[in-house]
Amino acid sequence: MANAAARHIAGLVWAALLAGAALADEEAVPIGDADRGAELYTQCVGCHQVGRDAENRIGPHLNDLFGRRAGAIDGFRYSEGLARMGADGLTWTLETLDAYIENPRALVSRTRMAYPGMESAEDRADLLAYLRQFSASPANIPEAEPTAIRREVDLPPEVLEIAGDPAYGEYLSAECTTCHRRDGASEGIPSITNWPEEDFVVAMHAYKQQIRPHPVMQMMAGRLSDEEIAALAAYFARID
Amino acid sequence: MTLNRRAFIGTTAAAAATLTTPMVRAQGRPRVVVVGGGAGGATAARYIAKDSQGAIDVTLVEPTRTYYTCFFSNLYIGGFQEMADLGHGYGTLASDYGINVVHDWVVGVDRDAKTVALASGGALPYDRLILSPGIDFVEGSVPGWSIENQDEMPHAYKGGTQAELLKAQVMAMPEGGRYAMIAPPNPYRCPPGPYERITMVAHALKQNNPTAKILIVDPKAKFSKQALFEEGWQKHYSGMIERIGPDFGGDNVEVDPAAMTVNIDGVVENVDVCNVIPAQKAGRIVHEAGLTEGNWAPVEPESMRSTMDENIWVLGDSSSQGDMPKSGYSANSQAKVAAMTIRGELTGSNVFPARYSNTCWSLIATDDGVKVGASYEPTEEKISSVSSFISQTGEDAALRRQTYEESLGWYSGITTDMFG
Repeated sequence: MANAAARHIAGLVWAALLAGAALADEEAVPIGDADRGAELYTQCVGCHQVGRDAENRIGPHLNDLFGRRAGAIDGFRYSEGLARMGADGLTWTLETLDAYIENPRALVSRTRMAYPGMESAEDRADLLAYLRQFSASPANIPEAEPTAIRREVDLPPEVLEIAGDPAYGEYLSAECTTCHRRDGASEGIPSITNWPEEDFVVAMHAYKQQIRPHPVMQMMAGRLSDEEIAALAAYFARID
Repeated sequence: MTLNRRAFIGTTAAAAATLTTPMVRAQGRPRVVVVGGGAGGATAARYIAKDSQGAIDVTLVEPTRTYYTCFFSNLYIGGFQEMADLGHGYGTLASDYGINVVHDWVVGVDRDAKTVALASGGALPYDRLILSPGIDFVEGSVPGWSIENQDEMPHAYKGGTQAELLKAQVMAMPEGGRYAMIAPPNPYRCPPGPYERITMVAHALKQNNPTAKILIVDPKAKFSKQALFEEGWQKHYSGMIERIGPDFGGDNVEVDPAAMTVNIDGVVENVDVCNVIPAQKAGRIVHEAGLTEGNWAPVEPESMRSTMDENIWVLGDSSSQGDMPKSGYSANSQAKVAAMTIRGELTGSNVFPARYSNTCWSLIATDDGVKVGASYEPTEEKISSVSSFISQTGEDAALRRQTYEESLGWYSGITTDMFG
């Protein structure tokens, strides 16, 4: 990496960190309680069918809802507002559905869905956990919507000063060496051995903050804590 | 914890195999037996041996002396890889890692005695057992097809010989002939695999037999990377490929290998090559060991340990774990978690929270690569997807070429991670 570019990214990363955007120590949790969600779904069933043989009624059926472009079921007449949001790129994900169920008209201003909104975040999570079961699973179609959410915690900004533990880094490196060769050979995937530690840390935070675009690296860096990034930097800097 | 040092039943095969490793067998070391030398098993054996630095006695049982990866076998069919480059030996695992590599079949598991029986007659005792045998096919899932006539209608879904056979059949198709694929129902190994296969067959035919046609008979309404593949088929192989989904009877198919016909919902079609990829289940030994529910072996999300036997781990395609697709990358990722937890139990080394990941690259045409991936974490009931990404339709040529080159780098990386 060019040093000037590294410094530039470092500046951006610092700015992001100081803005309190650093997220780490994630832990996956189920979306919610699907059994409880099934009970809450009784509020929806007057208009929406879901499950085997579900059909469009007053509202569209809700099978394969997650990952579906809004307004995309052939043969269902959507409100103009919803059809336009779909054409503009609105896709139903955990986040967009949560916002829609909380207050339908806030997300899609001229929707026909005559539902006032579900106030409790826990209720919405439970309902969505129930509905998630009727969409494609990542096991069968890997690009399907996630089935769990990550709990995220804000961290203080003293990140670049962390002294990494190379032994911990060696353990963590197993996830890197599926692609990056430990012997430093680079055949289509860059070598990551013997980098200056600071450059390594800066690069990983740039992926984590999605300043650098590579999707695999954004995903990998996205769940590394600041200590873990420092540990990896320490390990790969000392590798023979 | 107690380590049972069991009297080793020396037999010719096992004893001969033991002699091939230069390490002196230390008495009383805990024993790990790994069954299956693919992305799950080879990785797990290597990581346990490497990280325990001799404290654990690792035996790897794998019938083949050269392992041909199933991943990248489609690129061989398309002419982008040589079969010889997809073959990997186990010599480094034996010489550099002290792993006792036994070339044999495991035919039974005695879970009470904690031994596995070998086809040659020997038995191997274990303290912890890892089963990573890949897939077997569900008999009768495509009526008319069986292993007996897999040479007439190849599956080509376990790499190596069958991939070579399928490629030879594709190259020998008559001018303007027809290739059919019977695609498998979910869940199966490598979700994008059948569709990358289609693009690679189309690529080979476009150069050698451009009027040939491709028919996909598919029981699934939709499939992995569908938008990307359909965009690629339109762009590179326009007019060659037809897909019949379940709405037109793609889920009601029979084949007749002698007549080379495919009966789709009552309509009989003549074909020149028929690639039957049957429904799949865990490798036979996992069923024999009594570790399955239905077709697959359930495992604990935080460790990949069987839910039915605390001393046995099931990795890769054979396991039922939640959201991870059945892929070589997934098996490699799961193997590292398994290796860490087993070492922790046997030697007291640190056990950290499990983290899993997967990426699947597919090649659509020369220098036109795409990918899909996700990261995963254990939740109470399963391994759950927590974030994911996928290549976009309409990406520029430079990005697609970079994605393809990255897939070559991944192949180099993962095979080094498996075989040392």
